[in-house]
Amino acid sequence: MSSEFSQTLLLTFELAIITTALLFLIGVPLAYVLSSLRFKWKPVLEAFVSLPLVLPPTVLGFYLLIAFGPSSWLGAWLQDYFDLRLVFTFTGLVIGSVIYSLPFMVQPVQSGLENLPPNLAEASYSLGKSRIETFFKVLLPNIKPSLLTGAVLSFAHTVGEFGVILMIGGNIPGETRVASIAIYDEVESLNYALANRYALVLLIFSFVILMVVYTFNQRAKRLL
Amino acid sequence: MLEIDVQKKLLAAEGEILLDAKLNLAEGEFVALTGASGSGKTTLLRLIAGLTEAKSGVILCNHQICLATAQKINLSPQKRPVGIVFQDYALFPNMTVRQNLTYALQRGQAKTIVDELIQITELEALIDRYPNTLSGGQQQRVALARALVNQPRILLLDEALSALDVKTRSRLQDYILQLHQKYHLTILFVSHDISEIVKMSNRILALENGLIREVALSEILQEQASNTLLGKIIRIIQENNNLFAEIFIANSLTRIAISKEEAARFEKGETNIVLDIIRKSLQS
Repeated sequence: MSSEFSQTLLLTFELAIITTALLFLIGVPLAYVLSSLRFKWKPVLEAFVSLPLVLPPTVLGFYLLIAFGPSSWLGAWLQDYFDLRLVFTFTGLVIGSVIYSLPFMVQPVQSGLENLPPNLAEASYSLGKSRIETFFKVLLPNIKPSLLTGAVLSFAHTVGEFGVILMIGGNIPGETRVASIAIYDEVESLNYALANRYALVLLIFSFVILMVVYTFNQRAKRLL
Repeated sequence: MLEIDVQKKLLAAEGEILLDAKLNLAEGEFVALTGASGSGKTTLLRLIAGLTEAKSGVILCNHQICLATAQKINLSPQKRPVGIVFQDYALFPNMTVRQNLTYALQRGQAKTIVDELIQITELEALIDRYPNTLSGGQQQRVALARALVNQPRILLLDEALSALDVKTRSRLQDYILQLHQKYHLTILFVSHDISEIVKMSNRILALENGLIREVALSEILQEQASNTLLGKIIRIIQENNNLFAEIFIANSLTRIAISKEEAARFEKGETNIVLDIIRKSLQS
């Protein structure tokens, strides 16, 4: 029982870490594009990114299940060409989590970038610096609190996700059974003591992580 | 040198107007640009720096084509030999004073220029400080030095000193003059301050209704005087039956003899004073 407990928690954090890392790579450039460029299809892209904020997770999970399933062209194609199965697998959970937590990374970073005075970037350009150099050396270092907020929210949101995982991952120990699913499952089997252990870990973890973010952001604001 | 003939629509206070700016600055000239708020001065500087796109026109910076819409040439801000100093400094908050300056170095450029600029602008004691710990005047010195690190031939100052107090401002003016001399810069600076314009520039241009015209100093003085926006009466004093007004004008305190009627007209601390007193002060 104890090994399953730790296995479930490890899997939960593994999923959250991988998701957050991927979101950093995808979300930060996306936030930059949304904050600095104007193009015709921008509202569509913005709406797509924010969709998981308003959509019931089961709706998102349902469509992902359909899309990743072997009867859809995408699912069949992935299976045939890459031997990749996304439903009821850890990889599928990662992809689902990335989509589900996308706005939690993009929105804080985007608003951090939009709140920077525009002439910081302009000053850098007129000093002969490229957009990329300006992005890494001027813009990103000045939105550290937003980056941290985005990362922590994505991480915590992934840890707490339930509906999407239940739809596309199910409840396979060591593969897709994460803490939030385990709590539900244990309660269903009237195993309240174990459910409580999972719940307590998530509660303490969430509180500590938020406290760390607020402490850091307070310090960072004092510096800037 | 700087040769400009650009057109751009802009939204001014009185509605949409066409900015149709034609101007020529010889190499090493120090030219002031005045004009009401919203007349397009900042837009013009941004067009020159490449930060705003022109509708049509030509910009030659130091014999190099920076913009020629007919030939579809439009150099990015990075490629223009133009430095710009913003009104709010735009220093990078994550870098110290020295880092702000070294960031501006081009690949392969010797670091000696940074030390030289630090010395000229007397920033030695501040090099390890972050911008948020500096006063406005200190920040502006850093911004000025930073804009010159990659040795632009042309420097644009967008009301660079307007947020500073009189004393700091005067010192900054001296730094700018010194840098202008040393690096033979061609400078275009936006300012509303007559004393600053008189002290710094060779020539004055005014931007009105989207057009640029050359103006004489006397014209500006008269216009300003008729707008009654020239000085501030600090106090009215009586000495040996003579009345004097102490007026803060053109960055200094001046004492001017006034009549009883004039004394009655102006209350202590009134912000604006009228034409006849200014005339008097200019004559004296």
